[in-house]
Amino acid sequence: MKILAICGMGLGSSLMLKMTIDEVLAEAGIEADVEACDLGSAQSQKVDYIVATEEIGEHLQSIEGTPVILVANVIDRGEVHKKLAPHLNL
Amino acid sequence: MDFILDFLSEPSIIAGLTALIGLLALRKSFSNILKGTLKTTIGFMILGAGAGVIVDSLGIMGNMLEQGFNVTGVIPNNEAIVAVAQSTLGRETAMIMAFGLVANIAIARVTKLKYIFLTGHHTFFMACLLAAVLGVAGFTGAPLVIIGSFLLGSTMVLFPAMAQPFMRKVTGNDDIALGHFNSASYAVSSWIGEKVGKGSRSTEEMKLPDGLSFLRDNTISTAVTMSIIYIVLALVSGREYVTELSGGQHFLLFAIMQALMFTAGFTIVLAGVRMMLAEIIPAFKGIAQKIVPDAKPALDCPITFPYAPTAVIVGFLGSVVGGFIVFLILPLVGLPVIIPGMIPIFFTGAATGVLANAVGGRRGAIVGSVLNGAIITFLPAFLLPMLGDLGFQNTTFGDSDFGVIGILVGKLGDLMGSVGIYLLVAAVVAIFVAVSLPKGKKTDVAA
Repeated sequence: MKILAICGMGLGSSLMLKMTIDEVLAEAGIEADVEACDLGSAQSQKVDYIVATEEIGEHLQSIEGTPVILVANVIDRGEVHKKLAPHLNL
Repeated sequence: MDFILDFLSEPSIIAGLTALIGLLALRKSFSNILKGTLKTTIGFMILGAGAGVIVDSLGIMGNMLEQGFNVTGVIPNNEAIVAVAQSTLGRETAMIMAFGLVANIAIARVTKLKYIFLTGHHTFFMACLLAAVLGVAGFTGAPLVIIGSFLLGSTMVLFPAMAQPFMRKVTGNDDIALGHFNSASYAVSSWIGEKVGKGSRSTEEMKLPDGLSFLRDNTISTAVTMSIIYIVLALVSGREYVTELSGGQHFLLFAIMQALMFTAGFTIVLAGVRMMLAEIIPAFKGIAQKIVPDAKPALDCPITFPYAPTAVIVGFLGSVVGGFIVFLILPLVGLPVIIPGMIPIFFTGAATGVLANAVGGRRGAIVGSVLNGAIITFLPAFLLPMLGDLGFQNTTFGDSDFGVIGILVGKLGDLMGSVGIYLLVAAVVAIFVAVSLPKGKKTDVAA
């Protein structure tokens, strides 16, 4: 399973988001390849899920069939868990 | 023996080893360790490849500036200057960064400054800056790395501490800190914003137009702003001169292509930095959490944006104004021309808007962000002469703290040689001791 964590520059917030997602998935015992990425490069990738910061969300043209999950706080494990739960059966 | 020495001197390998050690310490699986180490090493090389693409277009910009305006000019862009620096300072940068991460954990463990600086690319940039200015001050080899790492680790706790009083007002708690090397400007700008903003209402009650949102895509914003700059420069330096540079290609087309080439190089550098940090920072965080139990993560500035989205725009616009004003003044006072860099201005301006709004409402946000824009356009003018050869690359560091540290170390080295730097180290140690002395009640770190 491939998940993309996105922010504006692809450096700071998306890496934090990736780490939070990694922790949530590790706790749930789920294996996935999570990559941090910037808005520009995101459109060209084929992935299973996209997780992005809320303020970036409006800029993500919906990529065919890929669910986009938005979070407000990239280091809040509770929020990430809650938002990923319906998709990944956590 | 030669193989080992050369092996350990390759910056990309030093970076890879940093990841290796981190992953080993966290007891990751063999395949994870192998993957992480290789990706980090390769990421560093991608960064170097991006540098090659940027250097040529930057040179052209420099030529046009000289011809058209008869000034040396510079456009601050952290990724560009650091990528360019790797060919001469790569090894020192990589080592200072590796040991700087260790120093951060050690200092946080031992003092009351429990900040763990998680904005990896800024750590990398500051390591590069320190490598450059300490090198100019005459340090090499082991002393360079030891002093550089100590100072890097120190900046990683002291600058977040400086911004923390304002961060607390934004978040309403003391659990997260700001890890962005523009803290000196954040602190000064927000403090002034607080003074002038008494009674001012929050920016969030304002209504603003939507049209500026394209700036969130950094590839687009860089392409657009650089194209404008290159076209203006081409027009001013004249069709004849630029056609000479272009070898015959239409001068305006040439300008646009160079601007896009810069953008391409910049995007490559970003991809490389991202790959390099993807393993190192999680490992760093994992280790830090084990050694410093009450650690406060110091995070990149966009962490502030959700708290006051309108302040983000107000702050950005304010900093553009501040930067533009200083840009006009610089040549008049004989200083190098700093063309305001859109990326530092956007991120620092936005965060300043949020911080200043939290203590000074909309008036504070506006005044604070104009001041921030001015500071980050002004400081590089004084930083350039401190960078030695690195000061001639037509680009430089963008955020305030790089300027503060660079100028501080540069001036001390200038006036007092290596003794000055040792005094600086002693002063920093004294600060740590003073801050951590046990007192009756919990001590606040003074801004």
